[in-house]
Amino acid sequence: MKNNLVSDWQIEDGNEKDVILSSRIRLARNLKKYKFPNRSNYEEKKELIASLKRELDFLIDSGFDFYLMSDLSEIEREVLHEEHLISQGHTESSETKALFLNNSKHLSIMVNEEDHLRLQILKAGLEFNDLWQKIDQIDNQLDEKLEYAFSDKWGYLTSCPTNVGAALRASVMCHLPALVLSGRIDNILGAVGKFGLTVRGVAGEGSSSEAELFQISNQITLGFNEKEIIDKLDSVIQQIIAEERKSREYLLRNNYLKLKDNVLRSLGILKYAYQLEEAEALKYLSRIKFGQDANLIEEKLDQDLFSKLLFKIKDAHLKHSFGMKLKQDKINIKRAEIIRNILNEE
Amino acid sequence: MLCDRCGENEASVHLTRIINGQKEEIHLCEECARRSSKLNIEDNNLSFQSLLSGILNHNFSNQESSYFTNKNSKELKCPNCGLSYQEFTQGGLFGCQKCFEIFEPKLDELFKRIHGNSRHKGKYPLSFKQLIEVESEINKLKKEMQVAVEKEDFEKAAEIRDKIHAVKDDMEEDKNEK
Repeated sequence: MKNNLVSDWQIEDGNEKDVILSSRIRLARNLKKYKFPNRSNYEEKKELIASLKRELDFLIDSGFDFYLMSDLSEIEREVLHEEHLISQGHTESSETKALFLNNSKHLSIMVNEEDHLRLQILKAGLEFNDLWQKIDQIDNQLDEKLEYAFSDKWGYLTSCPTNVGAALRASVMCHLPALVLSGRIDNILGAVGKFGLTVRGVAGEGSSSEAELFQISNQITLGFNEKEIIDKLDSVIQQIIAEERKSREYLLRNNYLKLKDNVLRSLGILKYAYQLEEAEALKYLSRIKFGQDANLIEEKLDQDLFSKLLFKIKDAHLKHSFGMKLKQDKINIKRAEIIRNILNEE
Repeated sequence: MLCDRCGENEASVHLTRIINGQKEEIHLCEECARRSSKLNIEDNNLSFQSLLSGILNHNFSNQESSYFTNKNSKELKCPNCGLSYQEFTQGGLFGCQKCFEIFEPKLDELFKRIHGNSRHKGKYPLSFKQLIEVESEINKLKKEMQVAVEKEDFEKAAEIRDKIHAVKDDMEEDKNEK
């Protein structure tokens, strides 16, 4: 890769960062002239990539890099996935899948994923208006050069019928420890479903319930305009933030000693553990973030500890920093070492 | 509350599953939740595909639309990418823009089931937007022309008619350029 591929958008300032780690908007677009990726053959996919490279050369001039997925190493592709810049499906080494990635690594355009184009933009904290403005602008720039598959009845036409219409998916990653600890999470998340939103534990590791991280996104894309979709999600998120904070206050009032003990034990483990699995590290870091946000830790720690370590301690990131042949037990040792060093240097 | 699975540890992970309207609550301790979490993720993927396929097939067999008998809709096939309607109901993915035209009579019902709506309200590509603006401009001019004719101001009506032609010509030119 041309630059260091580790991003830092996640450690920037953001609104409501005690609960909302990051926001993301994704648009799906297809071109009229080409068959969708699930029906096109090797040559057709290559032709699409070549034509996009030609038509979208202005992206390169405005700070994007272009990659064929087969040009990147396995570790590089995994790192991009861990940073939420590409999907799981886009991590295979393929000459028919490509990526435009901007320099600050918060804006990516996947080529030949489920749709011809998947544009997505990320930001720390809760911030949809700004994200929408920016991705709308990029979408318009692409629109000037390309002919999108579109119907005035059904909007932007996508491979999957669940994306048709605005073809927009907005999501937040949120940290909800108090709702989990108090057992209220089920009710809240159940209610969220009634508003046409979906919730899931955050990607891949099966560690979601332990790290208390959840992704909430809109399900419905047809019949509402982009602003309405975003506003509806935003208003539900605002209520979840309020509920999470209420639960934190309640827990602190009623279980102060137990919570403080739990948080400080987590800190103790991370300060001295010699090897840590990813899920375990996330679980304790999640507790420490909660402890920091709730002022349960007197010791001076980096306020952004969680965001700073969230990606850095993942397997592919560790392999990327310390050599790709690292075995799992060595990865666990390195992970513990990184965390130990950060916690003990303060 | 104790864990439903091992019955030994305190349950700290609470899951609610709704399958065919049947609500099922599961309470697990951290250990058991960790063990079952990998499985759950795979289950979720599976159920999404089968759910979608279920919606599509349901639509297919129960909605006897006025346009098609079951037999006919089974034979619907996109001439551009070769995807048949039957393959679409199994795979759950459209193959190209043309599929939407070919499967058109089936789709409003399908989108209503998925989204609760079947009409786009969001943004338009620039070319469509221009088209809509031109159309509304032409409609406005037509109304003005009508008014002029009613007032028997034929000179003005002819002027407006020429304007309409000019706008239409511009639109054609733009189209050809693209």
